[in-house]
Amino acid sequence: MKNRLKVLRAERDWTQAELAKELEVSRQTVNAIEKGKFDPSLPLAFKAARLFGMSIEDIFQDEAAS
Amino acid sequence: MSNAKVGNDDWATCSAKNTARLKYWAAAWVATTAIVAFGPKLVWDFAVFPTILGVFINLAVGFGMIVANKRYLQGLDEMHQKIFLDAGAFTLGVGLVCGISYEMLEDVKLISYEPEISHLIILMCLTMMVGMILGHRRYR
Repeated sequence: MKNRLKVLRAERDWTQAELAKELEVSRQTVNAIEKGKFDPSLPLAFKAARLFGMSIEDIFQDEAAS
Repeated sequence: MSNAKVGNDDWATCSAKNTARLKYWAAAWVATTAIVAFGPKLVWDFAVFPTILGVFINLAVGFGMIVANKRYLQGLDEMHQKIFLDAGAFTLGVGLVCGISYEMLEDVKLISYEPEISHLIILMCLTMMVGMILGHRRYR
């Protein structure tokens, strides 16, 4: 699954640690999600969407569908 | 970060507290296990009451450690829970398969000594460690 987390974070000038704190996960988890190595659960994806004020589809894209 | 929540008890602090709590319970369990293992022989000359008391304390502390471990796991984020789950599943499989094979070695006269549960526990600990390391490397 692809995502725009790194871009959105960079646009707001946030560090991985700051984003991790907002999402209540570890910095390693944010790093793994940004690199596409770990797919977040639906609740975590919703939390990220709320944080950035976007829909889940605007942040996460299914690679198989594209 | 302008809208970052800066609480005294944020996720990272909670996680660190859970880790510390588990560490103390594990240390207490190891200490009570050592008392039960060596106390009867070295301290109270196999007197029944202190031995029974020691066993009950060891069990009680052991259950405390289990609860602390459960809280620790619940406090991890979802990626670390998955790493722990994968390592735990791998360890359970290795423990079951190797444990049964090891136990059979004596039955089929391939080894002359009684298989020790401690050997299996060491194998399971090493397997869990390897599983955790590989899990962390996979998501790095």
